[in-house]
Amino acid sequence: MARKRPTAILEVGTMSNLPSGVERHQFDGTERLATRGNPVYGEPTDGEWRAWDPHRSKLGAMCELGMETGLEGGETALYLGAASGTTVSHVADFAGPTYAVEFAPRPTRDLLSAAESRPRLFPLLADARKPETYAHVVEADVDVIIQDVATRGQARVALENRRFLADDGHLLLAVKARSEDVTSDPNAVFAEVRADLEDGYVVLDSRRLDDYHADHLGIVARPR
Amino acid sequence: MTDDSATDAGWYGGLEPGDLEAAADAIESGTREQPADWPTLAVEADFASSPEEYYDRLHEATMATTRQAVREREGADDRQLVHTVRAMDDCERTANELAERLAEWAGSVDPEAGTGIEYARTIAAREDSQNPRLESLATRIRSLAEEADELREYIERQTPTIAPNLAGLAGPVLAARLISLAGGLESLAKKPSGTVQVLGAEDALFAHLRGHAPSPKHGIIYTHDAVRGTHPADRGSAARALAGKLSIAARIDHYSGELNPELEADLAERIETIQARHGTKTADGDTRGGDDE
Repeated sequence: MARKRPTAILEVGTMSNLPSGVERHQFDGTERLATRGNPVYGEPTDGEWRAWDPHRSKLGAMCELGMETGLEGGETALYLGAASGTTVSHVADFAGPTYAVEFAPRPTRDLLSAAESRPRLFPLLADARKPETYAHVVEADVDVIIQDVATRGQARVALENRRFLADDGHLLLAVKARSEDVTSDPNAVFAEVRADLEDGYVVLDSRRLDDYHADHLGIVARPR
Repeated sequence: MTDDSATDAGWYGGLEPGDLEAAADAIESGTREQPADWPTLAVEADFASSPEEYYDRLHEATMATTRQAVREREGADDRQLVHTVRAMDDCERTANELAERLAEWAGSVDPEAGTGIEYARTIAAREDSQNPRLESLATRIRSLAEEADELREYIERQTPTIAPNLAGLAGPVLAARLISLAGGLESLAKKPSGTVQVLGAEDALFAHLRGHAPSPKHGIIYTHDAVRGTHPADRGSAARALAGKLSIAARIDHYSGELNPELEADLAERIETIQARHGTKTADGDTRGGDDE
């Protein structure tokens, strides 16, 4: 019933820098990002495609806003702060082997059900601030680290996990200002996080995600 | 090939493919500073015939490990906590009661006799036996007090895994008491914050409802610094603000389980505003007025 746009399938298209495996599809008359896989959180589907809600996913918002994520599809990914698996399930749909690290047991239960039907999604109950507790499982030289952890010291987490990233890899980071310091101005927090990141990364692009997530900054960086 | 210990090799080192129990152990307890190209190394070590097969095994192993770890961490569930906190209170109360009895008894033999659990400990530790019955009773009191301490330690360890936000806001023991009074984390999450505010003050509440007492301002949350450290005239406000945040924390813990560090800061900010009214705490407090009244 939903009409596919022909350009969506060709993907080499004009405005799009979406990774292959991510397309725009019509859901109830609106065009939305979608990936192919089993539904995870009751999102609308169109055949085997399921909508990727940028309001529920910071990476989705970064893609929706047209940020240059450097994602092409098929890469090896390390996802920090996988939570219930909302975003990481979409990542596993278009990426290659995907390691999902989450610290809290309750959301990990939902992450497990998302991983059930995704044979290249590897769930790990671990603390992203302690990479030494999963370096014997997560492989070296991953193509992309995606980080969405609601903890103080988000730059530190990214720096600690730098060891997993290939030299030509990308860090896609969603910074939550209120996790660092509720009382300060988000812009001040973002500036600080960016400055701290410089120890190990070069920031390529950054953009506020406020259209979808209040007080969040999306950052694309490469290792220094 | 089996001589690699799990600490300096990949998780699969020394494992038989398909031995999920050993794999779980290796994944959970292994540590290593630097990652390596595990798919390639695992094929070289004959753990798998190809990277694809390695990934299949990794998926199987991480699923089993994580499922087990989640079950264990969650199996430390709120029901266990309710029993623990009640047992701790029973042990404390009984130890105190018996210590009183002991003091009274000991006072009849020794005019210098002390009181309380500490005195029971002294008697129990007495080298030269003077009154075997008295010393035996003192030993029981000491063990009861020790049991209470151990139960408290258990609560302090377990509550943060069961209710991270609530424990962060209220401290593990008060969090456990609230869960116990409500009859579980789920029922606590479903209570309106006005109920949370007076949990533990049921007698006063029902006296009020029967019409011959003022409404209670706070129940067990009185033990929280946010209430106790506030000027008496403002304790109602403080208790209401605290109960509101505690309800939110309980709901996050029950429905999502993710730690939300904002809550603590929100509460601190709110309480600071309330305490600034009578200058209970900091004089340099924030200048943003605006109150919810």
